[in-house]
Amino acid sequence: MSTQQPPELIIEAGRGEARYWQDLWAFRGLFYFLAWRDILVRYKQTVIGVSWALIRPLITTVVFTVVFGKLARLPSSGDSPYAITVLAALLPWMFFSQALSDCSNSLVGNANLVSKIYFPRLIVPASSVIVSLVDFLIVAVILAVMMVSYQYLPDWRVLCLPFFLVVAFVTALAAGLWFAALNVRYRDFRHIVPFVVQIGLYLSPVGFTSSVVPEQWRFLYSLNPMVGVIDGFRWSLLRGNATIQWDAFAIGILLVVLLLSTGLRYFRKVERTFADVI
Amino acid sequence: MNAPAITIENLGKRYVIAHQGAAVHSFRDLVSGTFRRAGGRLAGRAVEDPRHEEFWALRDLDLEIGKGDVVGVVGRNGAGKSTLLKLLSRITEPTTGRIRFRGRVASLLEVGTGFHPELSGRENIFLNGAILGMGRSEIRRKFDEIVAFSEIEKFLDTPVKRYSSGMYVRLAFAVAAHLEPDILLVDEVLAVGDASFQRKCIGKMRDVADSEGRTVLFVSHNMQSVQSLCNRGVYLKGGRLVDHGDAREVTARYLADLSAVGSERIWSAEDAPGNQECRLRAVRVSGPDSANGIVSSGKEVRVDFEFHIERTPPAFCLGFDLMTSDGAVVLRSNHTDPAEPDWLRAAAGTHTWRCTIPAGLLNAGVYHVCPKIHAHEMYWIAHLDSVVQFEVVLDHGVSPFWNSADALSRPGVISPIFPWQAIPANTTP
Repeated sequence: MSTQQPPELIIEAGRGEARYWQDLWAFRGLFYFLAWRDILVRYKQTVIGVSWALIRPLITTVVFTVVFGKLARLPSSGDSPYAITVLAALLPWMFFSQALSDCSNSLVGNANLVSKIYFPRLIVPASSVIVSLVDFLIVAVILAVMMVSYQYLPDWRVLCLPFFLVVAFVTALAAGLWFAALNVRYRDFRHIVPFVVQIGLYLSPVGFTSSVVPEQWRFLYSLNPMVGVIDGFRWSLLRGNATIQWDAFAIGILLVVLLLSTGLRYFRKVERTFADVI
Repeated sequence: MNAPAITIENLGKRYVIAHQGAAVHSFRDLVSGTFRRAGGRLAGRAVEDPRHEEFWALRDLDLEIGKGDVVGVVGRNGAGKSTLLKLLSRITEPTTGRIRFRGRVASLLEVGTGFHPELSGRENIFLNGAILGMGRSEIRRKFDEIVAFSEIEKFLDTPVKRYSSGMYVRLAFAVAAHLEPDILLVDEVLAVGDASFQRKCIGKMRDVADSEGRTVLFVSHNMQSVQSLCNRGVYLKGGRLVDHGDAREVTARYLADLSAVGSERIWSAEDAPGNQECRLRAVRVSGPDSANGIVSSGKEVRVDFEFHIERTPPAFCLGFDLMTSDGAVVLRSNHTDPAEPDWLRAAAGTHTWRCTIPAGLLNAGVYHVCPKIHAHEMYWIAHLDSVVQFEVVLDHGVSPFWNSADALSRPGVISPIFPWQAIPANTTP
């Protein structure tokens, strides 16, 4: 046998903490493979495959443009075409809603892994959010093509886009962690999450712009962090043709940070019992 | 003296069981429960929910496992074997105590954990390898070996959902067999799959244990594989350690304890063994004129299985091992042994199926029935040790030489009467 000291591992009641973050790093390979698996599987055995990632945002854009832009005659962001106003908002929204639902179902969907093998459970919801970035990129390509064809190109502000994407990412992860952990024990969340996403679509300026919201409600409405994210996307992409309610957005971001830290704490607390209750 | 590979001190795991009507998994219950407890605290008393009960699946376990030992863990269902394995593999946290490993640990609680049906064999090798704790470069290095071992080269790029169940299991085993940890924890996974492939896997694991000093912890219901594969044994009962030491001595003690079962076993709806698809409700042994589980060898023995099917599992297969009191398996019988058109139909509902062991087969002795229900080559539904036993009294002899003294001393597990005939001298070679 080798003379080197074998690695030691100690498991002790009520003391899972110490090694956790170390383990998270040690299991990064699994993180990569889970994301890779979900991306590979996403459009398998569908006839038109990845085209689904194109069709959904396109049709939604057409419907919203007709309903909100043509029928309701709502204003678009500044001088931008209504379709681009809508798609610039769909880009973060579709990412957020998909990341949130996938993240919420991630643990239950991987129940066979959770009950048969050890790994830091945080890997599962985190990798599921990453996967949603693939569809985000596809929608981004559609938007780019559309902007070129409308000859409506963004200016320097587009460089701020990553910041708003990070906020959307963290928001999805923060809420998703809570839902994923709760979903393990209370399957009620399987019904709650799609509902939250559906209502969220109306509470966020996806089909319309924030300018149509009455002034006295504007602050309250902007506390929803996704309002800031969507306005931020429009501001970045549509040459500053959108106003961000910065004070409310800052509070919204604080709320997200709070949600994320409590979500992490709750997740860590209940994580050790996942295998027993899933 | 080498430091032990695993040191277990005062290990315990407590579960809280919810009784019927206590749907802890609904959100409403959480909300109302929180209010009720808050109300109780306001009133200044501790509120104990009568619908919940504590249960120690494993308690006060102290154990040292030496480096290079191959340890078989035996015990009845519910003895804490699986809990021990889950604690060791860190799937669940202990309530008390500590475990100390010296070396890299890998656990194999199921074959093909994390296999994704839509992915190809090639992709699943990487995925499963990563799940079992192999690095990407390690998998790449062993890839050809794994493929050769699994014998599925031709189907490497076919989604595994198109695989036969045998191919699926072979691929899964092949990945698992190439794990190279210092300490390997194995559940009864070797029990499913075709026999020759099982031997190949056991052989591979043994080689590694012998030559590289790998420590293996093996949970099994099969006494013969424990006796032949393991040098040490651990016997658990009701969550506590009963005995540990030499594998043969431990299994012998376990088997001696097993012989305390009767000729009928009925389960209540709550603890009936099985899964959501199918549960075993009762097993009975009887003969045409048997009493107290004693049957005469001259009469047939009837083994009745009463079970309930909620929805029919794929490739459903019900059977049992007939085991002697030394733990040797006399035979296995499955309802799927005859030609397929003759199989009994496992529709949803409650059934009682009878297997008849023919008259004039078994020798005198005590026999155990160990029910096995599974989805063929995929997963176990119920995999039980002895649940009922019966004693055979030898009385089917028709020869005057076959007297009562002979009936006790006749060697062999079975005692059928075979034909004898004289062959004319000129035809012998």
